[in-house]
Amino acid sequence: MREITIGQFIPGNSVIHRLDPRTKIIITFAYMILLFVLNNFYGYIFPVSFIALAILLSGISVRYILKGLKPLVFIITLTFLLNSFMIKGRVIYELGPFDITYEGLSQGAFMAIRLVLLIVGTSLLTLTTSPISLTDGIERLLSPFKKVGVPAHELAMMMTIALRFIPTLLEETDKIMKAQMARGADFESGNLINRAKNLVPLLVPLFISAFRRADDLAMAMEARCYRGGENRTRMKELKMTALDVSTYAIFMVFAVGAIISRFMW
Amino acid sequence: MSIDIKNLTHVYMPNTPFESTAIKNINWTVKNGEFWGLIGHTGSGKSTLIQHLNGLLKPTSGEILIDGKSLGGKRSSLKAIRQKVGLVFQYPEHQLFEETVEQDVAFGPKNMGLSQDEIIKRVKEAMELVGLSYKEVKSKSPFELSGGQMRRVAIAGVLAMKPQILILDEPTAGLDPRGRDEILEEIVDLKQKQNLTIILVSHSMEDVAKLVDKLAVMYRGEIVSQGTPREIFRDYKGLVEKGLGIPQITELMIKLKEKGKNVSQDILTVNEAKAEIMRLVRGKSLA
Repeated sequence: MREITIGQFIPGNSVIHRLDPRTKIIITFAYMILLFVLNNFYGYIFPVSFIALAILLSGISVRYILKGLKPLVFIITLTFLLNSFMIKGRVIYELGPFDITYEGLSQGAFMAIRLVLLIVGTSLLTLTTSPISLTDGIERLLSPFKKVGVPAHELAMMMTIALRFIPTLLEETDKIMKAQMARGADFESGNLINRAKNLVPLLVPLFISAFRRADDLAMAMEARCYRGGENRTRMKELKMTALDVSTYAIFMVFAVGAIISRFMW
Repeated sequence: MSIDIKNLTHVYMPNTPFESTAIKNINWTVKNGEFWGLIGHTGSGKSTLIQHLNGLLKPTSGEILIDGKSLGGKRSSLKAIRQKVGLVFQYPEHQLFEETVEQDVAFGPKNMGLSQDEIIKRVKEAMELVGLSYKEVKSKSPFELSGGQMRRVAIAGVLAMKPQILILDEPTAGLDPRGRDEILEEIVDLKQKQNLTIILVSHSMEDVAKLVDKLAVMYRGEIVSQGTPREIFRDYKGLVEKGLGIPQITELMIKLKEKGKNVSQDILTVNEAKAEIMRLVRGKSLA
């Protein structure tokens, strides 16, 4: 349970950590779009070097970031294999009813790289941004849409609370699981139906405690006069600095390079 | 049953930035029939240590021997160990899930694959042991009981598996004084009636002073001292430095001594203190 590392915030004080969360969110989005703009392998030079630079500056070990890819290895491999087998073209090798083609292999590798880069990019965002400033950023980015009825503050608050409770609930799950295992429960063997049944002793206490926590939290918020987002001031005002401006500029260089690469090769 | 722990170390989340050593180099022997207290500051590694004793956590290095046999990784043997070493977690009432008290207490025995008759017999026994009337409570929902009663149901759930070693992690946390005294009395009762080996994790120096035969003190993941409560509580300063304390009555006697009164400091209970002070007062009136 404690071994899930993808998307966990690692506190730090690097340049990347200090960026305004809005900058990081916007650039991550732009970076994702960029990945879909590319149409050949050479183009990858730009996002790869951009993300490599960002990782280097963030001070987070590459090994740790790659560890976050572990749970997704299956999806990446599946993407690669499906593409390799399904695309028609010059046959390299025949495997029963399937043909491995040159075009398939290249398309598969292309897709796999795209997935890896997507995951690395987005996890760098959550690794270097605390959940609180992340939701702060989202709230500010959504606030222009308040006029058309988007409840920006409420959405952000819900996200903050949800993120805040993920570790708590994981811990709780771990604890209840152990308590039931101490009473001889078995969560690991048996067929699918039995396994689902065996989860009841875990899920019932977990739900009960989640509701109890929700109740307590609501009470605590009301006791401190929480009434939604109107007229609420904040302790940390988000401010764009020279650092953010230069980050946008650097990203633009890479983005322009990537777009040009579409036409160059 | 006896427990032998040799050079036990446990590291959480190794090879990540969150790596932390919870316990290191634990050497500890619990003999059959002993009543141990385990004290230590929050985060000193008590919970991590006791979760090793029935194989819920696996050692990063070191070994745990139960009755001379090493705790291996095989699932079948682990199940047998978990039946023999009963572990009652902190706030055990949070693990209740069944519709009726009877069904909840029966969860453990059922997992052991016992016959229906045997299960009912054990449920009855376990509930009587913790002072719950089988007839009155068995068909109630565990969630309509009071906090103290819920905790009893949860403890009964472990007792129904007839463990030979019982480990209780702060069984009195969050209970009112009366509920606390009742639970502690029942633990002493259990010890006498069933001849269990018991390990009691506690924050209350009063409780351990009253109950246990031997004490182990944990500090920053290590067992720093072990011995009888009297031996342990002699080191007042050392305990305070480790975020612990001594029973209030022992502290009182130490203060009296500091004021120049000739009293013994080896006092753990109010009755002992009373006898000692009476001795002093009588001695004076004679002089």
